[in-house]
Amino acid sequence: MSALDSLSISCIPAEDEALRLPVREFLTRAMRDVPARIRAKSWAGYDTQFSRELGRQGWLGITLPTEYGGGGRSPFARYVLVEEFLNFGAPVGSHWIADRQSGPLILKYGTEAQKKFYLPPICRGEAFFCIGMSEPNSGSDLASVKSRAVKSEHGWTLNGQKIWTTNAQACQFMIALVRTSGDVADRQKGLSQLIIDLSLPGVAVRPITDMSGDSHFCEVFFDEVQLADDALIGEEGKGWEQVTAELAFERSGPERLYSSIVLFDQWLDFIRTESGRTPESLRLAGKIFAQLAPLRAMSIAVTEKLTRGESPVVEAALVKDLGTGVEQMIPAAIADDLFSRAVQNAPLELLQTLNFVTQVAPSYSLRGGTREILRGMIARGLGLR
Amino acid sequence: MDDLFANAVRQLLVDQCTTQVVRQIEAGQSAEPLWQFIENAGFADALVSEDGGGAGLTLPELYPVLELCGAYALPLPLAETLLARAFLAKAGVVAPRGSITFGLAATDPGGRVVCDTVRNGRVADWVLVSQASHCLLLPAKEARISEAGFCLDATMEWPAGAREGQQVDCTHDVRTVQACIYAAQLAGALITVFSRTLQYANDRNQFGRPIGKFQAIQHQLSVISEHVSAARMAAQIGCQSVSDMPDRLRVAIAKSRTSEAALEVASLSHSIHGAIGFTAEFDLQLFTRRLHLWRQAGGSESYWYDVLGANLVNHYSGCALDMLRATTDID
Repeated sequence: MSALDSLSISCIPAEDEALRLPVREFLTRAMRDVPARIRAKSWAGYDTQFSRELGRQGWLGITLPTEYGGGGRSPFARYVLVEEFLNFGAPVGSHWIADRQSGPLILKYGTEAQKKFYLPPICRGEAFFCIGMSEPNSGSDLASVKSRAVKSEHGWTLNGQKIWTTNAQACQFMIALVRTSGDVADRQKGLSQLIIDLSLPGVAVRPITDMSGDSHFCEVFFDEVQLADDALIGEEGKGWEQVTAELAFERSGPERLYSSIVLFDQWLDFIRTESGRTPESLRLAGKIFAQLAPLRAMSIAVTEKLTRGESPVVEAALVKDLGTGVEQMIPAAIADDLFSRAVQNAPLELLQTLNFVTQVAPSYSLRGGTREILRGMIARGLGLR
Repeated sequence: MDDLFANAVRQLLVDQCTTQVVRQIEAGQSAEPLWQFIENAGFADALVSEDGGGAGLTLPELYPVLELCGAYALPLPLAETLLARAFLAKAGVVAPRGSITFGLAATDPGGRVVCDTVRNGRVADWVLVSQASHCLLLPAKEARISEAGFCLDATMEWPAGAREGQQVDCTHDVRTVQACIYAAQLAGALITVFSRTLQYANDRNQFGRPIGKFQAIQHQLSVISEHVSAARMAAQIGCQSVSDMPDRLRVAIAKSRTSEAALEVASLSHSIHGAIGFTAEFDLQLFTRRLHLWRQAGGSESYWYDVLGANLVNHYSGCALDMLRATTDID
């Protein structure tokens, strides 16, 4: 019950809301000529130069302390920035993981030397990270990972394989969950997180083409990779706890309701025209809006909990499961609206955007934890497990 | 202040508005004794200013009380009275003792006042009837009452002379006010249905263990909790207003999302309860019937989708985020 009534309507503080105007002006210029079908890639679209420019504007690592190059601001500041990036369909993929979770993870668990080394380039949009969690035989059952790092004279020797690693081909670093002691039967015990420099000998990255034709995720192979001692982030054997905390950041953000928003806006533009407007389309616009509005308020309420240093794991799971449901409903319902008409006159750009979103939508409820994993977490929060 | 107030209301409802009392009133017993507890506690004047003898709460502060009216299936128009008394106070009219509900007058050339489906009309003392340019505050006992869809609702008709009932200078949109109220009551009833279903899943054993240990049931309960938390947030949005008058677009979000949730949650909770939940004797039905009732009251989800969709298309260009911000940001 606590997770249910703990989310109360909250407000974004004025000083954080004040970031919206400058970032919107910037994005209006930067995204003016980018077609909707490209903007629809949302945080799967990436552009290194764009990330550097955001770094120059001071909009990366905004929640990290200023002594490491960050903005020293609250999670609400990041909420406002990210909400604008996503609604404009800005290509934020390069820095996305570093900004969202790797930076905060290093800040929380890293040594002073690690913080000084990694955080400033993250804030400049120069150091990009990916997440090494899934393996060929470890998907939802993450505790069964087999990649193993063995203590060596000067550090660690790593062998194994990761898969479905988003954007690994364009990142310098991976934070990987690997086994450092015991074996698979020990489950959550004996796992640690390592920061892996992907340029090291023995690392091979192979992109995988998805059904939309994009290659945003990869296989990553480790063959006798020699890592220094300080590749370990946090405590040896505490990898599971660290990953769990990291996932609360990963699941709670506005990206869990805006993945199809570029398509929604593009379709709204069409039904605002005389030939596109029908009573059925107005009703559908309202139905989608009625889903998004409470979700936005819930996402803000979760952010409010983050500002108080809480880790709202169950609330984040609620928002993500509901949010991805709406994100997937949007392309399905818009397709039905457009193709149930007597006159089928939708513009090509809208149709291409629709087709792209339709093809990537299955991933919404896979990445960051499947529906079944999330519902299991909620059930645990309800005391059923 | 609002927490203290809501806790006092909760305690009164726990003590006096038991499921047995709800059943008795539904069966036709007088609601007067239950109303007297509420009136004597001063709860019905919460929105009236402290100078005017009330508690001086704002509409957002009142939300927990409206939610409680739903959570306890209160068979009386307390929520309606709370708003009606605030409107009367604003119009400079001293509210009479007794409960008030809202009505919408159909035009009648014969001079009668006819209101279809007055919510809680059978248990109210007064009806604040909206006409074209003003309202009439009419005594319920002088109306000819006939059946409506739900046992506590009524279609009411006053003879031509009743036009001389007290005129009140207020012009609220009845449907918006009702939708605000019933969205909050839906949120309350949803929480009750969820809690009862969770409890049942823990108590009921099949195949040698509580059914709540089965993954299929756990996932259904997770889905219920998702709907309930979204509906509760939506209902809170519906009560965000700078005045006593609910904001139509925020109410549209509240009523459409809570109505959607009502349908899903009623269905899932009955599914988990099996046959026992379907019986008159078991209390679940007191709440699931209200989920369906309040989904209808004040406009179902599609009525309010149309309001939201028309506003989004007619009054905004560019990104939907701007209307999301306008309706969900609070000061």
